[in-house]
Amino acid sequence: MSSIEVGGKSYETDEEGYLTDLSEWNKEVADYIAKTESIEMTEQHWEVVNFLREYFEEYQIAPAVRVLTKSIGKKLGADKGNSEYLYGLFPYGPGKQACKIAGLPKPTGCV
Amino acid sequence: MLHIVNKSPLTSTTLDSCLNTAIGGDILLIEDAVYAATCGNAAEAKLKAAMGKFKIHVLMPDLEARGLGNNMSAGVIPVDYAGFVDLTANNKSCQSWL
Amino acid sequence: MSTVKKFMFVNRKAPYGTIYALESLEVVLITAAFDQDVSLVFMDDGVYQLKKGQQTKGIETKNFSPAYRALEDYDIEKLYVDEESIAARGLTEADLLVNVTVLNRAEMGALMEEQDVVLSF
Repeated sequence: MSSIEVGGKSYETDEEGYLTDLSEWNKEVADYIAKTESIEMTEQHWEVVNFLREYFEEYQIAPAVRVLTKSIGKKLGADKGNSEYLYGLFPYGPGKQACKIAGLPKPTGCV
Repeated sequence: MLHIVNKSPLTSTTLDSCLNTAIGGDILLIEDAVYAATCGNAAEAKLKAAMGKFKIHVLMPDLEARGLGNNMSAGVIPVDYAGFVDLTANNKSCQSWL
Repeated sequence: MSTVKKFMFVNRKAPYGTIYALESLEVVLITAAFDQDVSLVFMDDGVYQLKKGQQTKGIETKNFSPAYRALEDYDIEKLYVDEESIAARGLTEADLLVNVTVLNRAEMGALMEEQDVVLSF
């Protein structure tokens, strides 16, 4: 087990940096994790992160990239529901990076 | 297709599920399911009744291990491990009734 | 492209008592990425996996039942439930948290026979 320090508080993570307890998540932690991934959070990034948190709340799973792309398309429009847009925001994979920032586990089936 | 059952018919309804669902083919009894294929077991009658529809095989090493190598019900086909492999290879698909 | 095969997942265990139900669900979600013809069968105690209103706080176990409702997003739309199994447990289709096709044992057996691969849980 590893941990990260944000605002004087310690948060437990797994070896890959995913939060162990997603109930501990807050925006400050999200910003911190984003920085470690070299991502500057914008409104567009938050839109995806918030979508993921809602998806997890509803279904208790982090969606696979393909499912995320399709669902984002349905909810936020086709201009956002495509790989180019999502990889533009999260270059190392919207599944991996956005889930990490959202405090979710790594998507099931994400290798 | 091949259906494999591995639970005793007296502690689990697995054998019933298999017999009621499968539409034909081979059934192989292994592990604790081999008790179903022994003389005097409460499941013997339903196994006999199913013989028209299925070929029923029993894995002998499992039967012998349980001291029942000489008590096999009539009509059941004994197989060894090589026979188990043949059954698997000769069927298109296989369902294990865990 | 390779040809599409018919995969059937047969779920016959209640959730939480053993790990089978959760393991099956995870394999199903991973398999979805391969665009195969996937059918999910729930029979015997496996039908309990789909019971509405699961509350697992008290047993400190993750409630994975909401994930069955996400299967549609994964293009897994063939869900079959055994008629006798739900009746024997005092359940009806209305007690289940997803839309399913109810089959009798003969129909289920025939469907199983059509598959290229059957995975048992």
